[in-house]
Amino acid sequence: MTTTIPQQLKPKDFASDQEVRWCPGCGDYAILKAIQKTLAELEVAPERTVFVSGIGCSSRFPYYMSTYGFHTIHGRAPGIATGLKLANPDLDVWVITGDGDGLSIGGNHLLHVLRRNVDLQIVLFNNEIYGLTKGQVSPTSRIGTKSPTSPQGSIAHPLSPVAVALGAGARFVARAIDIDQKHLIEVLTAAHAHRGASFVEIFQNCPVYNDDVFHDFTDRANAPDTQLHVEHGKPLRYGKDGNRGIRLKPGALDVEAVVIGQNGITEDDILVHDQTNKTLAGLLGTLRPPEFPEVLGVLYNDPIDSYEMQVAALGAAGNDVSLNDLIRKTRTWTVA
Amino acid sequence: MSTTVPKTTDPSGSQQAREIRESVVVRFAGDSGDGMQMTGSQFTIETALAGLDLTTFPDYPAEIRAPVGTTFGVSAFQIHFGSVDVKTAGDEVDVLIAMNPAALKVSLANLSLGGTIVADTGSFSERNLLKAGYDANPLEDDTLAPYQVIPLDITRLTMSAVEGFGLSKKEALRCRNMWALGLMLWMYDRDLTATTAWLTKKFASRETLAQSNNAALIAGHAYGETAELSGNLVGYRVKDADLPPGQYRTITGTEAIVWGLVSGLRSAGLERLVFGSYPITPASPVLHALAKMRELGVYTFQAEDEIAAICSAIGASYGGALGVTSSSGPGIALKTEAIGLAVSVELPLVILNVQRAGPSTGLPTKTEQSDLFQAVYGRNGDTPVAVLAAATSIDCFDVAREAVRLATKYMTPVILLSDGYLANAAEPWLIPDLDALEDWPARQRTDPEGFQPFEHDPETLARPWAVPGTPGLMHRIGGIEKEQGSGHISYDSANHQAMTDLRVAKIANIANDIPEQDVALGDRTGTLALVGWGSTFGPINKAVEQARERGQSVSHIHLRYLNPFPANLASLLDGFEKILVPEMNAGQLVTMLRSRYLVPAKGLNKVTGQPFKISDVASAIDAALE
Repeated sequence: MTTTIPQQLKPKDFASDQEVRWCPGCGDYAILKAIQKTLAELEVAPERTVFVSGIGCSSRFPYYMSTYGFHTIHGRAPGIATGLKLANPDLDVWVITGDGDGLSIGGNHLLHVLRRNVDLQIVLFNNEIYGLTKGQVSPTSRIGTKSPTSPQGSIAHPLSPVAVALGAGARFVARAIDIDQKHLIEVLTAAHAHRGASFVEIFQNCPVYNDDVFHDFTDRANAPDTQLHVEHGKPLRYGKDGNRGIRLKPGALDVEAVVIGQNGITEDDILVHDQTNKTLAGLLGTLRPPEFPEVLGVLYNDPIDSYEMQVAALGAAGNDVSLNDLIRKTRTWTVA
Repeated sequence: MSTTVPKTTDPSGSQQAREIRESVVVRFAGDSGDGMQMTGSQFTIETALAGLDLTTFPDYPAEIRAPVGTTFGVSAFQIHFGSVDVKTAGDEVDVLIAMNPAALKVSLANLSLGGTIVADTGSFSERNLLKAGYDANPLEDDTLAPYQVIPLDITRLTMSAVEGFGLSKKEALRCRNMWALGLMLWMYDRDLTATTAWLTKKFASRETLAQSNNAALIAGHAYGETAELSGNLVGYRVKDADLPPGQYRTITGTEAIVWGLVSGLRSAGLERLVFGSYPITPASPVLHALAKMRELGVYTFQAEDEIAAICSAIGASYGGALGVTSSSGPGIALKTEAIGLAVSVELPLVILNVQRAGPSTGLPTKTEQSDLFQAVYGRNGDTPVAVLAAATSIDCFDVAREAVRLATKYMTPVILLSDGYLANAAEPWLIPDLDALEDWPARQRTDPEGFQPFEHDPETLARPWAVPGTPGLMHRIGGIEKEQGSGHISYDSANHQAMTDLRVAKIANIANDIPEQDVALGDRTGTLALVGWGSTFGPINKAVEQARERGQSVSHIHLRYLNPFPANLASLLDGFEKILVPEMNAGQLVTMLRSRYLVPAKGLNKVTGQPFKISDVASAIDAALE
């Protein structure tokens, strides 16, 4: 197959001719732009790129891309994407899902696509609500969320997408915010570079049914004190003055937020991020404001062979295999 | 390995006179752990190697190891073999090998009056009799008076045959089945060589087991020889079948489907077959068999559930491979929404349903044909798919190929109906030359000029198969209604009408691309037509054959194509005064025929988990002609 890139494609070249139909102000617009920009920067071939989605607001995504796209059924994008990669492992496949699609109706498939380590970028738009069906609680909605199905406030504990992904055995787990385009592109680029299932949770604001639910850490004024952007090999520091950080709690398998210069805390006390440390990733993934910052970036990245590599290692079709020979590779007899 | 069987010689060279029979039904019955399936399979191979026609019926419980000695733990293997055209596994059993009281109790109902019972007296202990629900030992009272009983202490005879090999008691007892097999091989004048070779291979890692099992086999065989002299046993000889010349192998429906799919892949000119499946009785063996076929381009995927299984197949077809999924009724129910997606996005897909008795979990190991409505109608929306059914184990090969042809040519899901009986039933198969079969290359679009993803071919009404990776054909598909041509999301009412009409017409149009319906047996007009589908072929055909020999005006019509029906079916049915539809369900095809053609068809319905008997159908023919 010949791949032709006539000239460097621009982000707008990755946009389809279809009118984008998300609500005004939806975080999905920002994510769409960021992904189009990422693809342009990575110089991917549109004909080798496929977006597969399930059902929900986020899953309309493929219609707005000029690549190949498949808007499937609720929760099932991982299965479709796995089959697609079995048919052609050379394709560059993105799975677009949401908190309802990926963690509720499609939760089972998400677990298994991650444990199999199929080489996909799985991007989960988490807005902690069902948008397309008009505002019911989702599996990531916080306790007390009032919705048409929980008029007195929701009572079930939300699950953590990052904890689910790590628990399922994902080898790449990252987190970003819809409107922080620069950082989101960095995260998506790292996800794309990772061979295997790359799981990216994006905090996505739903201005209609769950507006500003992430306000506590996305508000620009407070962001420095409420967001921690991890980098492999760099200390886990944050804060307006860069003097806040995360350290191991003495005498416990836990972490605490500290301020350098207070209570005898020095720079050396601050943990250094190791993206191959799954235990650390698990700890960082559960931290939430106000006690902690929201930890963003590549929490975990420790590649192993992808599913496709393992499938290929099991052998390939032979060129000169005779069906006539094989079908007779059993007891036969001849009637004269 | 290959053996040439001269058709007229007596391979045993036995001096004793043997009673000549046209066909015989033998049933091996024992506990789930007694190795009856293995014994039956080996007897089948010896029978096939002797050049006879045959049909088998493995009949086993759903539990892997049900409590020992109970009636619900009985596992049986029935084989009907003969010199005549053998079409069923046999209405009545001629010879029953009962390894314990429970096996006797369960199998007695199907034993012909005057039939032979070989019973292992060593297992007829008070405890085992009680477990089987016998108050008294049936070998010692009048219970078995209508039959010819051969009480043999197979347990003791086996133990003494394997003495000296140093086996544990448990291991020694597990050789009982080989003793019984040896006896049966003697009874039907069979050679032991193939079985001895098989035992050597099977127990290659434990020579003692190979030797002891072989000793039991030889002891059983020798017992027949010596006992015959004392007049207790009568040997039978079944004449060779009049089979067309050529190379044969035995094949089950499962194996035939696997080979049909692989052969279809070649004929379609595709490189990969992606088989997404999830374990379920009785469909799993298809997945097992295909998992060993990577060298033929088969990629199997054991998914996390039935839904992921079919979705992987759809994704594979989207990616340009042949996507196939399989299951049985409950699993097909779970796949329903995804079948609708495949219809909506118009991708090729083969869905195999190895039917079992329902509803819900039903009787997992028992056969039934009750998923016809599910296949033809069971989806939300107007969602037509092509539906085919295999009539015999061998027919599974052709029908699987046909499913691949229709799926790829018409860009549609095709449901292929088999059932638990066909899956396991073996027949001798004159192996075709697979290289000489017709090719029908699938077309995948590469030309970007004027490309529209949902522009339909005027002849087939299929849309182009445009595979990701192809430059210039980037497009988006999905389950939302698509605008004809562009494939863009469309909520336009006239467009939805047109697309619905198109999906219906596309499947209906397949009727012009399939053979006209003919009778399987009999005249094309007459008093009574029996219309069947699927695995009821054998008993219907045999019953019609016998009725015609008696001078009754009866014909047999057997449908492979259930959606769409063949174009001439209405006129064919018109030629008969009466229509009788035997089905292993509560009346599904009969309802479809009545609603479609407004014919006064009547049903003959049986859902006992067992195939029809010829006599069931024969009685219904008599009643219909009264």
